[in-house]
Amino acid sequence: MREELLRIIERNSRIDLKELAVILGVEEIDVVNEMAAMEAEGIICGYHTLIDWEKTSIEKVSALIEVRVTPQRGQGFDNIAERIYKYPEVNAVYLISGGFDLLITLEGKSLKEVSAFVSDKLAPLDSILSTATHFILKKYKDHGTVLTKKYEDQREKITP
Amino acid sequence: MRNPLSDKIVTIKPSGIRKFFDIVSEMEDAISLGVGEPDFDTPWHIRDEGIYSLEKGRTFYTSNSGLKELKIEICNYLKRRFNLEYDYQHEVIVTVGGSEAIDIALRAMINPGEEVIIPQPSYVSYEPCAILADAVPVIINLKAENEFRLTAEELEAAITDKTKVLVLPFPNNPTGAVMERKDLEAIAKVIIDHDIFVISDEIYAELSYGKERHVSIAELPGMKERTVLINGFSKAYAMTGWRLGYCCAPAVITEQMLKIHQFAIMCAPTTSQYAAVEAMRNGDGDVERMCEEYNQRRRYLMHAFKEMGLPCFEPFGAFYVFPCIKEFGMTSDEFATRFLEEEKVAVVPGSAFGECGEGFLRISYAYSLDNLKVAIGRLADFVARLKAEKKTC
Repeated sequence: MREELLRIIERNSRIDLKELAVILGVEEIDVVNEMAAMEAEGIICGYHTLIDWEKTSIEKVSALIEVRVTPQRGQGFDNIAERIYKYPEVNAVYLISGGFDLLITLEGKSLKEVSAFVSDKLAPLDSILSTATHFILKKYKDHGTVLTKKYEDQREKITP
Repeated sequence: MRNPLSDKIVTIKPSGIRKFFDIVSEMEDAISLGVGEPDFDTPWHIRDEGIYSLEKGRTFYTSNSGLKELKIEICNYLKRRFNLEYDYQHEVIVTVGGSEAIDIALRAMINPGEEVIIPQPSYVSYEPCAILADAVPVIINLKAENEFRLTAEELEAAITDKTKVLVLPFPNNPTGAVMERKDLEAIAKVIIDHDIFVISDEIYAELSYGKERHVSIAELPGMKERTVLINGFSKAYAMTGWRLGYCCAPAVITEQMLKIHQFAIMCAPTTSQYAAVEAMRNGDGDVERMCEEYNQRRRYLMHAFKEMGLPCFEPFGAFYVFPCIKEFGMTSDEFATRFLEEEKVAVVPGSAFGECGEGFLRISYAYSLDNLKVAIGRLADFVARLKAEKKTC
């Protein structure tokens, strides 16, 4: 049940617990216990909302930053990753394989704010060798959800 | 002027679904639970293969029986899924949907006057196709108390000296009924004893939700040599519009079916065949994901019916539920019409799938849970109103 439950709430964390129990074919109390257990185990890390900020009047700029770093003795990348993720404007920090080491996603109010973060805070950090900042121009799909188009049922209304 | 028509075709009634279709398509804001195809789009990697085949200029006929790669993949699938071994060169035909396979199988197997047993409620095309093949259709009215399974006794009672073929439509549209291994074993004995053949329409094979996955009757001892197995891509891979199915049978039968297919159709659409190769090679995960979602909706509907007090046996296949509305003293047609007029929700009357579907409705759950919730909410209101009406009079 765990895997199926996670797949459902990953797409809809607001689903009613009773309904969740019905569609999983289990008792509500089992769902409650399972979710509590997964929260305690850190499997469920939060119940966030996917927002298309583009459609609001709020100005926001998102960027992806590739960072190359020198790993530190005994710490690997963890130390520098922590120094970066502690900034609240940083959304995500991933250690990745390939041509650079860390990928950071960042949100700011303006281009200027993001640039300032990179030049004033990120780049000067000791072990950082280089950064490359990519501004996001348009989000087509995020968290498995298409943002640009709405689902439209194109089927005939009655078919055998 | 002379009558331009054949007497035979004139006697065939148009599909009972047509009438509803016409009303619903006029009604702009109606929501529908009447669709017999998946709500999912064909998975992108499958569509992409279709597009790629067009880009590569693969726009020619394939061999009559279908692309070699596809026939091999079909055989691989039947082997891994049902442990069935077919020779891709002689025992497989790729058809234009499962529906073409039904038609050509009947035409290849029937002599005028021979009987074809058709259990109902079932898909709308078996009876007309049998008539067009000059067969005499013999209907078995399946019973709700048997959860719309076909029993050995019912089959035995329908068999005569003239019986040639049994059409076996499970998992079933419209009831959602399945035949488990034990049910199939019971009828297989009757089939072998009477030396008749089976056209097994297993188009919903991948959509079964019980403890036991769908079993093909061809798996049972002595059955493969007397079975035409029909399956396709429409339901499992959400590929209805691609029009692609297939049938597997002993070479003596496919050889004759292939003649009809080659003269009437030539070959199934090439683009679809290339896409289907991809579906068979890399589509198992998609099937599993869609199946899981159908099952969630199925559980939701069963629960909702229980809450509104609408009797319905629990179906374990396809994507239909078949609740009983006999208590309201209306025909299923009247019920469906009133429901559509008053609540603007379209369902298909059970009677469209045979007389014994009278008193039932086919409700499809090939809709998102959100859509189902709205529609089922209206059904609950409607049922409550009918129950109140009944009390006052």
